[in-house]
Amino acid sequence: MFNEIYDVIVVGGGHAGSEAAAAAANMGSKTLLVTMNLQNIAQMSCNPAMGGIAKGQIVREIDALGGYSGIVSDTSAIQFKMLNKSKGPAMWSPRVQSDRMRFAEDWRMLLEQTQNLDFYQEMVSGLLIKGDKVVGVKTSLGVEIKAKSVVLTNGTFLNGLIHIGDKSFGGGRAGEKAATGITEQLVDIGFDSGRMKTGTPPRVDGRSLDFSKMIEQPGDDNPEKFSYLDITKPLTNQRSCHMSYTSPLVHDLLREGFDRSPMFNGRIKSLGPRYCPSIEDKINRFADKDRHQLFVEPEGWNTVEYYINGFSTSLPEDVQFKALRSVAGFENVKFFRPGYAIEYDYFPPTQLKHTLETKLVNGLYFAGQINGTTGYEEAASQGLMAGINASLKVQERDAFTLKRDEAYIGVLIDDLITKGTEEPYRMFTSRAEYRTLLRQDNADLRLTPKGFKLGIASEKRLKRMEEKHESAKQFVSFFETTSVQPSEINPILESKNSSVVKQSGKLFKIFARPNIEMDDIRNVKSVEDYIQQNNLDREVIEQAEIQVKYAGYIEKEKNNADKLNRLEYVKIPANFDYSQIKSMSFEAREKLKKIQPTTVSQASRISGVSPNDISVLLVYMGR
Amino acid sequence: MINNDTIVALATPSGAGAIAVIRLSGENAITIAQKQFKSVSGKQLTKQPTHTIHLGHIVDDTRTLDEVLVSVFKNPNSYTGENVVEISCHGSNYIQQEIIQLFLRNGCRMATAGEFTLRAFLNGKLDLSQAEAVADLIASDNEASHQIAMQQMRGGFSSEIAKLREELLNFASLIELELDFAEEDVEFADRTQFKDLTARILSVLKRLIDSFAVGNVIKNGIPVAIVGEPNVGKSTLLNALLNEERAIVSDIAGTTRDTIEDEISIGGIGFRFIDTAGIRDTKDVVESIGIKKTFEKIEQAQVVIYLFEADVFVSDTKKSKLLNIEIEKIKNKYPQKPLLIIANKSDKLSDVQFSELNKALIHISKTGKKTQAQMLSAKTNHGVEQLKNTLLSFVNTGALKNNDTIVTNTRHYDSLLKALEEVQKVKYGLETGLSGDLLAIDIRQALYYFGEITGEISNDDLLGNIFANFCIGK
Repeated sequence: MFNEIYDVIVVGGGHAGSEAAAAAANMGSKTLLVTMNLQNIAQMSCNPAMGGIAKGQIVREIDALGGYSGIVSDTSAIQFKMLNKSKGPAMWSPRVQSDRMRFAEDWRMLLEQTQNLDFYQEMVSGLLIKGDKVVGVKTSLGVEIKAKSVVLTNGTFLNGLIHIGDKSFGGGRAGEKAATGITEQLVDIGFDSGRMKTGTPPRVDGRSLDFSKMIEQPGDDNPEKFSYLDITKPLTNQRSCHMSYTSPLVHDLLREGFDRSPMFNGRIKSLGPRYCPSIEDKINRFADKDRHQLFVEPEGWNTVEYYINGFSTSLPEDVQFKALRSVAGFENVKFFRPGYAIEYDYFPPTQLKHTLETKLVNGLYFAGQINGTTGYEEAASQGLMAGINASLKVQERDAFTLKRDEAYIGVLIDDLITKGTEEPYRMFTSRAEYRTLLRQDNADLRLTPKGFKLGIASEKRLKRMEEKHESAKQFVSFFETTSVQPSEINPILESKNSSVVKQSGKLFKIFARPNIEMDDIRNVKSVEDYIQQNNLDREVIEQAEIQVKYAGYIEKEKNNADKLNRLEYVKIPANFDYSQIKSMSFEAREKLKKIQPTTVSQASRISGVSPNDISVLLVYMGR
Repeated sequence: MINNDTIVALATPSGAGAIAVIRLSGENAITIAQKQFKSVSGKQLTKQPTHTIHLGHIVDDTRTLDEVLVSVFKNPNSYTGENVVEISCHGSNYIQQEIIQLFLRNGCRMATAGEFTLRAFLNGKLDLSQAEAVADLIASDNEASHQIAMQQMRGGFSSEIAKLREELLNFASLIELELDFAEEDVEFADRTQFKDLTARILSVLKRLIDSFAVGNVIKNGIPVAIVGEPNVGKSTLLNALLNEERAIVSDIAGTTRDTIEDEISIGGIGFRFIDTAGIRDTKDVVESIGIKKTFEKIEQAQVVIYLFEADVFVSDTKKSKLLNIEIEKIKNKYPQKPLLIIANKSDKLSDVQFSELNKALIHISKTGKKTQAQMLSAKTNHGVEQLKNTLLSFVNTGALKNNDTIVTNTRHYDSLLKALEEVQKVKYGLETGLSGDLLAIDIRQALYYFGEITGEISNDDLLGNIFANFCIGK
């Protein structure tokens, strides 16, 4: 059935797999996407939403590079919010509620329209490996498919085990079979594997809810969007979410089921994410809190199904039901699907290189939850990077990696392969040392030129980026060169309780004051005239505002990043023998030997490696 | 870690010597040095060719610190491969510290252990065998310096910094909580509490920074100025205390041309003796410069010894009057400083003169709370032991009372100064309502500098702190 040799085979069709397949195919690689069920491409297994704090920045980065997640998030959105708008621009984070079914459908359509991409439905049960190189995959039917590289994006499917109360059964997602064979084979050839746990809340019938008892949470008045391209449009019409609260009564009812909870009776041994705890975990760990927020999120434009965000649980279904019925607005709730916990295999990501290729097997790449991460955005970005690098390797081109001061994607991958992770890894802005540089508004400036060079970002995308930033640059220089008279600016300053000026001065200086915003400065006639004459759009205006108001901070972070980058260019040779460095601590030597960092900068981020160890390493290097 | 900022450190072994070399390295080394250097011939260092030496003075604003020779080495032809300036100054600990601190205040950072060598290696100035040798050195050096650092953290210093860091970390966690978990149902601490905390941190930092002056005294020895006319036996006295021929001793008045410093350990405490030119009134211009210098030395000293010849005092009434006037002058000018009046050359006195002088000295001792007087003979060692005991008693009785917490390490001092700067920015940010993500930049920097002292630096601390204390997650 398969006679040709594929350049890239992607195993799994979730967020990671879909991005990997699209990237590889778009870079001209002959690509095959193999998944257990083609109906379920790009499923949102958990909440129907994309983006959020730090995650929204990642979606923008994926889009800027030429991935599809931003476009699909826009076309399937039912609500848009820019989170953290009251804070500095580094914190502005786009988030959408999605139409779950449309999201999957749009992804599938985009993939079907992608050149060089074939599809096949089957469970991959093993890899074909020759020496230290992967040469294809083997399916459960015994079909062998040859390939020059393989990207594994198995999500929660590897030996997935679903728990609800005291019942448990194999499965990769509710209603879907688990995948077997791959873990066992990889462990046999020397990989370390571990188990992780995550969970999801019940889905309910919206017709059984009383929304009048809940607080409405509408989208933004002026919604924006993810994609930098103009092929998607902001929403003109949105659906609201709602919010309700648990109560001491709800908590008591949940506690009644604790003895049958796999979390507490020891059946689940693996670690779940601390920042996405189940409701029983929240009640248990924060016993003094007498209520927790619940967000009631519609699953689409037309469906009556709702997702109960904040009520993730693996308690018995009858306990879930009884407790939820005591929440305001849920008195008559009907369940569509109960919540559950799932345990699955992952491979500690310290076994990977920065390209996401495994150190052990050439041509084999891992992306997504198989690396111990959580979240659609984290998975999709790894898929994109793995797909790109698999293609580059096949095409014998230089590898593509992103540095920590270039993208959240760079922070993500560097954290994973340098520090590993004990719990499902989620991105936070605080993980980035230089978050002021990694903003959602400049992902195009940071990454589109790179995506264009790789061949996945279109020329149109590059042009749009260049025009936007050129306009913004000119607008900033307008502020730098244009003066304003006290008679015009002082009333504006007075209205903002900002000290008045005695003589005319440059607009830039006034605009740079902390409490003066674009809306204030637009009251100056020359500014508004400039905007009208040059027909500046929101993105350009916003960009100029950020560059004027945050110039000092951006500069400071750039300087700090440059310091870091000096060590980034000090490479450590492959297979460097750390045991010879007697003056380095034993712990540091062991860690360095295991992680095999490629630069001194990466070595300095490994826990247990002290600044002194780095000094010694620097001197020894190259021996 | 390696940066390209300009670093400064002492290049010669620490302690007093004839000369010391202070080295600056980095892109701005020459420009920074120029700002504090006044060439005798009016030359600009920045305009001088590489590998040249220039005579001049190191000046701090209007104050001249020392006459020095400055060598200029330009990138890449220097030890580190960067722009390097080497300042050869006089070798007293005091001058070394003053010059280094001057540069720390003016754009330099204290070099970390082995940093010059690291830079040299990174810039390809050292070959591998050299680098290997230096690596061993650095490793051993770090261990020793670490132990020293631990010993130097006297009193509550280490715990005080650790406590500050913890509070600041909590502060940072709260800020990060607001940023990464804005959607969550968590209560954010109010800004007035943050303001209180920064004010508290600032006051502790300032106190620690101020303590550096005191700490330095403990570390480098208690400075004792010896005041007296030429040839009253200052050098002989030093030799008696030292038990060896170190200072130049001769009968020609004025042999000790400039100040000589000697550090002598008495009962485990270091005393740094600063020889001066005396303070007698004069119309002579050259001598009046010397007198001015003497007062500067007294200013820096913690103890003043006023030395005169016992036989002159009892036989020359005109002279003894003058001496009394000088003693009064010192007492009035520095009422807080312990003053030791010492009549040297007691071996030259007759028995009658001896008892007469003794009476006079007892009388002088009663004229000031911090004044003591005694006789001795540096030549025969008579009374030297008594002098040592008196000096020690000043320390033991708390005459040199210090803060309970003392910073003695220049590296720590450097980190504290930088932390102070960052916390001041945080304070300003709080006052102007700066948003949390921007506040966090300064807080992280401050945490970093605290970490340089306590040795803990990690971003994971923040998230761990958040997860441990707050109910996060929908």
